[in-house]
Amino acid sequence: MNVDPHILLFSLITVVATVIMGFWSAKKSRGAEDFFVAGRSVSVGWNASAISGEYLSAASFMGVAGMVMSSGYDALWYPVCYACGYLFLLLFIAGPLRRFGAYTIPDFAEGRFDSPMFRKIAVVFVLCIGFFYTMPQMKGAGTTLSYIFQGVDLRGVLPDLFLTHDALGVAQKGLPYWAGVVLVGAVITLNVALGGMKGITLVQAVQYWAKMFAISVPVFVLLSVYGGYGKQLEANDGRTGFSPVGIAAEAGAFPDAHSTIRKALPEKAPKDETWLQPFGPLTTKAAKAAQLSPEQARPYSLLYTYSLIIALVCGTAGLPHILVRFYTNPDGVAAKRTTMWVMILIGVFYVFPPVFGVLGRNLLPELYASTGSKGTDKIVLELPHLLNARYAILGSVLSGITCAGAFAAFMSTFSGLLVSMTGALAHDVYGRMLRPKSTPEQRMKAFKYCSIIVGIVSVGLGMQVEQLQINFMVGQAFAIAAASYFPLLFMSAWWRGMTMKGAATGMLSGGLLALLGISLTSFSDLKWIDLTAFWSAHPLLRILCEQPAIWTVPLSIFLMYTVSKLTSKDVPKDIRMKMLVLHAPEQLGLKQEYIQEHRGH
Amino acid sequence: MPSHERIPTSIHSEAFLARLMREQFRLSIFCAGAFVIALFGLPLCNYFFPEVMARRVGGFTISWLILGVLFFPYVWIIAYVFIKKSIALENAEARAVLESVPSEKTTTEPSVVPEK
Repeated sequence: MNVDPHILLFSLITVVATVIMGFWSAKKSRGAEDFFVAGRSVSVGWNASAISGEYLSAASFMGVAGMVMSSGYDALWYPVCYACGYLFLLLFIAGPLRRFGAYTIPDFAEGRFDSPMFRKIAVVFVLCIGFFYTMPQMKGAGTTLSYIFQGVDLRGVLPDLFLTHDALGVAQKGLPYWAGVVLVGAVITLNVALGGMKGITLVQAVQYWAKMFAISVPVFVLLSVYGGYGKQLEANDGRTGFSPVGIAAEAGAFPDAHSTIRKALPEKAPKDETWLQPFGPLTTKAAKAAQLSPEQARPYSLLYTYSLIIALVCGTAGLPHILVRFYTNPDGVAAKRTTMWVMILIGVFYVFPPVFGVLGRNLLPELYASTGSKGTDKIVLELPHLLNARYAILGSVLSGITCAGAFAAFMSTFSGLLVSMTGALAHDVYGRMLRPKSTPEQRMKAFKYCSIIVGIVSVGLGMQVEQLQINFMVGQAFAIAAASYFPLLFMSAWWRGMTMKGAATGMLSGGLLALLGISLTSFSDLKWIDLTAFWSAHPLLRILCEQPAIWTVPLSIFLMYTVSKLTSKDVPKDIRMKMLVLHAPEQLGLKQEYIQEHRGH
Repeated sequence: MPSHERIPTSIHSEAFLARLMREQFRLSIFCAGAFVIALFGLPLCNYFFPEVMARRVGGFTISWLILGVLFFPYVWIIAYVFIKKSIALENAEARAVLESVPSEKTTTEPSVVPEK
């Protein structure tokens, strides 16, 4: 047998269950309202699970572990900020936005400034951020499928051009990366086109619990077999890091529960010292490339760390596909309770992926030597398989469970993104700009066609990014959200002097500059353009392009303030009423149902 | 939820809105402060006291223990406090408005819909 039957079985169950649930609930969802906000009647528990299920993407499930394994301590900022960024959302944005009663960010943008023009500008970033976020999901899909079908031999079946090649150009066994991307992309696109958001709420709530199970159970089993979390970290004490060859003989006998002997680290693995401590490989890469001494590099790594933190924390508060979920709460108090539960649910989850990273470094260091879909990003999938050496099929079963979790991760997040991007296209571009007089039936049809278009573009993009780390790519999407939507939402909710021109200038400048910087670094990492010499001459510029949040977020806010001051005569005339709706307690009955008022426009 | 008829006109005053926003913003900023200090303080500790932060506690380095495990409950506490206080604040505001005004001073029209 070429393919491990347990792994295949669990993965298939996940996919089939997802599709069936989608179809089942498609029958129950009727009108356009149902599609867009699930009737606003989802309970706190369901909604919190669904938000968490949607949020825990391939980056959380696979990427965090992979990055902790490859970069060590610095990568811990990702899970922490992914989870804690919700606090900013809760403190400054969730309540006001819910009270305002608009259900997408473009809705809010238009309603807050009475400007249909601004809606068109705001829609741009739903798509921008969305596509950046789908790329890592697609990489997760490609990586998982090529792991599951690594034993399949397609040589001779497919033309040579479509196969994976090694460094020497020899065609390899196994399902090629792109095929996984296409397969998963097609299944989910179909599911969304038929199911809509009502289906997604149910599916994603279930998938949160599936993911939680899939990440935690293997960790507990692995830790009980190979020694605790602390013990595994303790093994990184510098003793073995510098002599990768010397320990190999000892490690031949597999490390048992009570020893800190581990497998030899390959040449490419970071040394213990830099891996375990702050300001390691991730944050010093640019300075290293410029051949600065470790002492000189430290301020750069501090800057990188801060910029990363700002991007992730502010970015969480500006993610369009997460914000739309707050409108599925019946009222503002429920929206706050939901956020609290989301923080607990995802916080507990995020303790586990770094454990995989730590264990992976000790038990499966071979992955350091590979790149792309064969590299550290697949540690979560492959690590439990080691248990087969001791307990017959236990490893296969657990590896099957983590594969199923990975499926749940990229499928749910991709579905959510597809819904929000399709919503932007169908609801905003088609329903408001192109055909404002369209009937609900026409809009439903537009929703389906748009989801197929978005699905195809996402698959196309996903096929290009095999060499980039999943987690890194998601971080980039956050950086764009942090510089565009976060300032817009924050300033619009709390500063009445904001004008449409100010908001647009700030959002566009911040968002597009972040996009530009990020694209430059990604293009050069993918070797589409050669900037190596330039980056090594200017390490500071490299950091500011790779992690732009530290300057784009303040810039965006500054521009919003200055331009609004200059155009202060354009402040909406009913601004006091708008601010009152944003901030007055809902018991006062001020909540305007923005959608009802605007229906038919 | 009370009907629109009982909403007093006083809530459309500048003073009411200013106080409303100030109180809510103060609470949010206070909670954000507690969060930001930890968030931005930890890299500084790592930067200036690397030896202390590299000390081992049960196998973990202190910096790993804080970031990988302890940070989450800390943020839950902040979130919990915020939610408690903000719901209490909203209830107090609503009560104050509804109780303070004699019935003849209230509007009879739902003046809450912004003029278009």
